[in-house]
Amino acid sequence: MSGAESVGVGRADGSADRTPVPDADVCVVGAGPAGALIADRLAGDHKVVVLDAGPRFDPADRLARQERAIRPFYDRPDVWGVGGVRDAHENAGDRFYPLNHARVKGVGGSTLHWQGMVMRLHEDDFNSGTARGIGPDWPIDYADLRPYYAEAERELGVAGASDNPYAPPREEPHPMPAFEPSYSDSLFAEACESLGIDMHSVPNARNSEPYDDRSPCVGYGTCQPVCPSGAKYDATVHVERAEEQGATVLDRAPVQRLDHDGDDRVTAAAYATPDGKTHRQEADAFVVAAGGVETPRLLLLSASDRYPDGLANGSGHVGEFFMDHLFAGAGGRLDEPTRQNHVGFYTSGCDQFYDAADETQAPFKLEFLNYAGPSPVESALSGDDWGDSLLERLRDGYGTHVAMGGLVEQLPRADSRITLADDRTDDHGNPVPRVEWTVGERALDTIERANEIQVEILEALGADVEWVAGPDATGPAYHHMGTTRMSDDPDRGVVDAECQTHDLTNCWIASSSVFPTSGAMNPTLTIAALALRVADAVDDRLSEA
Amino acid sequence: MNLGLPKLSMKLTRRDAAAALAALGATGGVALGVRRETDAEGVGEADTARDGEGLPEDETVQTVMTAVAEAVYPEAISGIDAFVDGFLAGRLDGSSHDEGIRAAVADVESAARSWYGAPVAGLPPGERDDVLRELGADTAEENPQGTTAERVRYYVVNELLLALYASPTGGELVGIENPQGYAGGAESYRQGPP
Ligand SMILES: Cc1cc2nc3c(=O)[nH]c(=O)nc-3n(C[C@H](O)[C@H](O)[C@H](O)COP(=O)(O)OP(=O)(O)OC[C@H]3O[C@@H](n4cnc5c(N)ncnc54)[C@H](O)[C@@H]3O)c2cc1C
Ligand code: SF4
Repeated sequence: MSGAESVGVGRADGSADRTPVPDADVCVVGAGPAGALIADRLAGDHKVVVLDAGPRFDPADRLARQERAIRPFYDRPDVWGVGGVRDAHENAGDRFYPLNHARVKGVGGSTLHWQGMVMRLHEDDFNSGTARGIGPDWPIDYADLRPYYAEAERELGVAGASDNPYAPPREEPHPMPAFEPSYSDSLFAEACESLGIDMHSVPNARNSEPYDDRSPCVGYGTCQPVCPSGAKYDATVHVERAEEQGATVLDRAPVQRLDHDGDDRVTAAAYATPDGKTHRQEADAFVVAAGGVETPRLLLLSASDRYPDGLANGSGHVGEFFMDHLFAGAGGRLDEPTRQNHVGFYTSGCDQFYDAADETQAPFKLEFLNYAGPSPVESALSGDDWGDSLLERLRDGYGTHVAMGGLVEQLPRADSRITLADDRTDDHGNPVPRVEWTVGERALDTIERANEIQVEILEALGADVEWVAGPDATGPAYHHMGTTRMSDDPDRGVVDAECQTHDLTNCWIASSSVFPTSGAMNPTLTIAALALRVADAVDDRLSEA
Repeated sequence: MNLGLPKLSMKLTRRDAAAALAALGATGGVALGVRRETDAEGVGEADTARDGEGLPEDETVQTVMTAVAEAVYPEAISGIDAFVDGFLAGRLDGSSHDEGIRAAVADVESAARSWYGAPVAGLPPGERDDVLRELGADTAEENPQGTTAERVRYYVVNELLLALYASPTGGELVGIENPQGYAGGAESYRQGPP
């Protein structure tokens, strides 16, 4: 069916069987990349059930969703049906946090919307306290995760190259060759060379050649929020694989709470279904993989007489230390064509300044964008002109833009956090998440530092700098981290180094919520590596039993 | 600023119509599938709606959309007739979008008849432009469930602009031969200006 408003009409899933699976070994909450990778890993040997709050999206709707991405009537959250009472939330911090722009609920999770940039964290990111003199160290090191990073790159399908002298050590090439630099990268290259600034390729979870029976990138240019070709990895890949091996994946089955017994074991996930019923999925092991906001919320919603402050919350830290990466950017126009908006991803970056981080300067990375300025087709649909005057406007507006982006680390702070709202409830009567997002001086100062370099590069390029996204205009990159922090010490963290909750003997968390610090690299490759590691831990435990 | 943009004379081709359709998720094949399914259920929902509410037939929709396209496309564009026909062949697929197009087309047609005493296609281009502006489609923001102006903007004006500017020829007019929505390959972003 064509037309952006036809999305979803083809689905007939009201009658799907959503009753619990008897004798399940593992129950995974959330079918984003973390949950999907674990389900896929375990489904061969164990009976696995995955419960997801959102729907199963019809692949046939992807072009209609793309139309939503382009047409001005639809807001970004409309593309994947985010919003409404189900996704209500409150903001209470210094800074507004646009939560529903920052996630997707449904089979595939937020990777349906994501950009697909997949970097490894740097070695020092795991030892911020020791190496940079600020923030906690992780209880694991880069070396612990290194083999899992390589596996995660194979699972997601990463196109990358080894030309980045600042990247942490790797043992083997990426599974696919990197995307070649863009035309605008070549313009930037001259400016960077004159300034002694290095450019290098960036790893993309996007096919540069056919991979895993998925198409190579065909240049639709709407990667974020939707890739119609399937070239961009999303977690439906692993959901499908898990199902092929016998896993059961229930959509529109939001878990309301986790139940436990008197021996610190989770016994069941109580979930709602569209027919208004509530079911209980029992299992031997539970993995919570509901993203960095819903994971702490579910633990808080599961408070009981035994755990009055919420499940797995003996430390009192569930929900605290909410972090995101901060965007730093600048852009302008040249007096020559720059060929933007052909594709929706970027192909070159600069990690040269990353490891200069210390107590006062956060790690940050720089990005050379391929989608600066307006996309003509989007501009064509708003405005009160058409015919020749519209074409003139489009020609004036397109063609010479350049822009740089960048991500900056923010430190964990107890006053940046997810709690439960006092009065407001969702469609099932549960308190909605309240986001208090607070950012400290180190991050704000570092944004300024990143801006200085960006402006210097743009000026060397001969650009007329038109905008700078500095400390006042910064926003989040939609990476939810820190809210169930990992620590060896049960007083200081929610999960241990294996991502098992300190308080419960059969419950793990797979999410960026376990990151003690955030680094400045997009989180999902690390989420995937940790998820594969959790799968090993759960497998070991189930095999012991 | 001279960006070496193409001279303003471009012919839309079958490839453009196919590209626009491919971008927007409709093909003749899909449309057929949908109609058959509807027939098989014996209800023919879309058809009933069309007959019952007197929504315009395919031919009228094509005529009106082509006439509007001649007003909202740049003057230098040719080949509009075949482009619009090809594009609509995929969009008139029995979906709710199909119905929305027909209803908005009916609104445009009836405005033309009552205000200018002739069908849209019978009006000179300047007056077609007037009909659209008097309907409010120029200042309205598109909305598939909105007022007449907002629906005309969504289903008629923006429908046509989307088809044009998501096609390679429409993109080329602006200087981007691989516009968003068009699967123009993963090479063009690397190439310098022609
Ligand atoms: C616009 C955008 C761009 C991004 N770009 C990048 C990028 O370039 N690189 C990168 O590394 N990251 C990026 N991200 C972040 C990336 O999408 C996330 O890090 C990743 O998807 C997190 O995976 P996850 O499995 O932990 O959670 P999610 O993908 O969020 O999945 C969680 C799932 O849990 C389900 N769930 C929630 N609560 C419940 C419940 N109570 N019961 C049952 N199910 C529940 C949800 O429905 C959802 O499907 C981007 C995100 C956005 C929004
Ligand atoms: S440009 Fe983006 S949306 Fe288009 S095919 Fe490539 S990955 Fe998918």
